Amino acid sequence: MANATLSHVSQERRSRWLLLAPALIVLFLAASGPLIIVVIYSFLTAGDYGGIVWSFSSDGWFSVVLQRDFFSGELMLADAHLSIFWRSLKLSFLTALITFLIGFPTAYFIATRPKRQRDIWMLLIIIPFWTNLLIRTFAILELIRAEGTINLVLLWLGIIDEPIQMLFTEFAVLTGMAYVYLPLMVLPIYASLERLDFRLIEAGYDLYATRWQVLKRVIFPLAKPGVIAGSILVFVPSLGAYVTPRVLGGGKQLMLGNLIELQFGQGRNWPLGAALSLTLLAIVMIALFIYVRAVGTEERGHG
Amino acid sequence: MDFTALGGVSITVKDNEFFTLLGPSGCGKTTLLRVIAGFEYPTSGSVHLDGMDLLSLPPYRRPVNTVFQSYALFPHMTVAENIGFGLEMLNRPKKEVRKTVDEMLDLVRMTEMADRKTSEISGGQQQRVALARALAPRPKVLLLDEPLSALDYKLRKDMQLELKRLQAETGITFIFVTHDQEEALTMSDRIAVMNAGSVRQIGPPREIYDHPAERFVADFIGETNFVGAELLEIEGEGEGFARVRLSSGIEAHVQAPSGPVANGPVTLAIRPEHAWLVEEAQGLLKGKVENVVYFGTDTHFHVIVDGGDLFVLRHQNQPGQMQHLAVGDRVGLQIGRGAGQVLRD
Repeated sequence: MANATLSHVSQERRSRWLLLAPALIVLFLAASGPLIIVVIYSFLTAGDYGGIVWSFSSDGWFSVVLQRDFFSGELMLADAHLSIFWRSLKLSFLTALITFLIGFPTAYFIATRPKRQRDIWMLLIIIPFWTNLLIRTFAILELIRAEGTINLVLLWLGIIDEPIQMLFTEFAVLTGMAYVYLPLMVLPIYASLERLDFRLIEAGYDLYATRWQVLKRVIFPLAKPGVIAGSILVFVPSLGAYVTPRVLGGGKQLMLGNLIELQFGQGRNWPLGAALSLTLLAIVMIALFIYVRAVGTEERGHG
Repeated sequence: MDFTALGGVSITVKDNEFFTLLGPSGCGKTTLLRVIAGFEYPTSGSVHLDGMDLLSLPPYRRPVNTVFQSYALFPHMTVAENIGFGLEMLNRPKKEVRKTVDEMLDLVRMTEMADRKTSEISGGQQQRVALARALAPRPKVLLLDEPLSALDYKLRKDMQLELKRLQAETGITFIFVTHDQEEALTMSDRIAVMNAGSVRQIGPPREIYDHPAERFVADFIGETNFVGAELLEIEGEGEGFARVRLSSGIEAHVQAPSGPVANGPVTLAIRPEHAWLVEEAQGLLKGKVENVVYFGTDTHFHVIVDGGDLFVLRHQNQPGQMQHLAVGDRVGLQIGRGAGQVLRD
């Protein structure tokens, strides 16, 4: 009897794995497969015209942060790479911050509209998403370039005498990324604000909390899951952004994504590109770890 | 304290009073409460508290706290943090906040639950936390918006007594909103019965029950029989009696109406427990038994009195009594002197 039950259980377990197999294979090939290839490539030698040569080399990883002086052969930090890392982190952080500062009030505004209106407002937020990223980026380009709309209007109003140089600056990249990723911040915050019981806000006012205190002590803590999700959704793709810094930053304001692309293209250094990709992955993971930890302890600190 | 709100009605609530706004849903009682709390602003009128004009103050400056129907406890805070919230917002010293929170936890018997999240406690416990949270800042007036309606019957009974105890212990004025007439009668010092945005009658529970001013009040509170009669004369004003001729042709003394009513056809309200069955010849009202419903402890007799009005009587069952009455029998109804009430409308 016990034996029969046991064999029945193991049989059920086997069929369960069998049924899961297609999903597992797809997951393995689609997620782990490419990653493993990238890891392997990062430890190989670069081919002369791109591609790789199948012999082990740590040059790829070595070049991520270090470089050999062209003349003396002296080892030194790869300043160019480090400044690109720093710029990527800084711009991604600022993008998350700006989208939060704009996105939170936007989400709150939509969540407090009558139910019927909310869908229309959400549609307006989502519509830009239907357009190609490249086209949206060029729209920003059209706005901020020297002969662009903003400069023309300012000139016409007589506020400025000559066009402001906005294109190919960090400001341009930041503007572009904040615009492109804003919906990714608004959507999750809206989702948590929409579920918010507005009687809690009345309860806050009733218990002597001013508007600011209600926002800080009641609304914000309850919207926090949405804010966390939103900032991750904005921060992660910002770090690896490629199109926006390329179009709006020109050749001067490179970000990690552009640096990686450079290695696979003109640079003809696939192992370095692979190593940089993995470095980006590591940066994202460390940043998320620190972020989630910080948010978590803050919560415990209140309790 | 003097409130003027909704449909040009004026209510004055006394200090340290358990005052109930009673009425069917949609009668405006919750709106009135929200006007006092500051969540809604009337287009005209005024709300005063101790001579202070409440309407000129935002809700967070009014010395008034609310116990919400759904409790509206903050889900991201513990029980103790919820209770301390109001005091914290008033910038009271940390020590005082902690002390008051402990006192409040003790008052509502929730000390053991202090560090639980509000989602981890039962409905009855949430109710008590909501009460403690609203009482902690020692408001001048506590507003309660149907706070017991989400509780089951037994818990509701317990909480009714608990609320009375809390009101006596804290000495705070309670304004309680409910649609449950029994709740209103058992707990209140005074009741304002509301309907369609206006106050129909204000008074102590006994007065409201025994001397309903009009048909709506008589009907909404308790069970009432309405019978037609002819008003002959009012003897003395207000508390006085009135002489009426009943449908049987007999003259009787009943309670005078609360306002001026012209002689002629009127409606009498008679509570079921104020009338009893007698032989037809001895009855003030006469009629035919339409239905007999047995309830164990008592039997309800439905009698169609002459003139066509339905009259329901409760008779407490005692061995060997009233068992001979059957549907279709002619009976008489006797009414206690002054038990009937002439209605205003």
